[in-house]
Amino acid sequence: MSEKTLTRMDLSEAVFREVGLSRNESAQLVESLLEHMSDALVRGEQVKISSFGTFSVRDKSARIGRNPKTGEEVPIQPRRVLTFRPSHLMKDRVASGNKA
Amino acid sequence: MIRSELIQKIAEENPHLYQRDVERIVNTVFEEVTGAMARGDRVELRGFGAFSVKKRDARVGRNPRTGETVTVEEKHVPFFKTGKLLRDRLNGKEE
Repeated sequence: MSEKTLTRMDLSEAVFREVGLSRNESAQLVESLLEHMSDALVRGEQVKISSFGTFSVRDKSARIGRNPKTGEEVPIQPRRVLTFRPSHLMKDRVASGNKA
Repeated sequence: MIRSELIQKIAEENPHLYQRDVERIVNTVFEEVTGAMARGDRVELRGFGAFSVKKRDARVGRNPRTGETVTVEEKHVPFFKTGKLLRDRLNGKEE
């Protein structure tokens, strides 16, 4: 495994290479894509990107948690969490790309 | 929201771009993320979240229908962890 970490910069560089826009505009487009996805999720919508995966928001109810270090009980408030379910295509590509 | 709606929104904000270029841009971003994970790389998008690859060890599984034991090979699966900013926004804590 190569274990590199890609950032927004790498994504905008890829956009820059793919569609002859300026680096600056490419970066703005990546940002705007992430913002639209985030906004939809905050509104409680599911974001379904075919052949990539599905982001969905789930409601978690309140529960009593425990501080694992002290054993002390602490209330955990109800909250919304985001889950990502990769598509079959992504699972297959990640599995075959990382095969020993 | 689905891919085409995302493309639509970005296209509306960028009337100077051809729709087909917006499609290529959106597809490139997702392809880049999948491609990175297929190479074993991580993709860290501050505020949004991080995509990474997790290793699942080989194990002895069981066919639930027949009860027969089968060996499941080690495999790698995609994983996403929500970023702090987005997690806070989901819970009504705006920046």
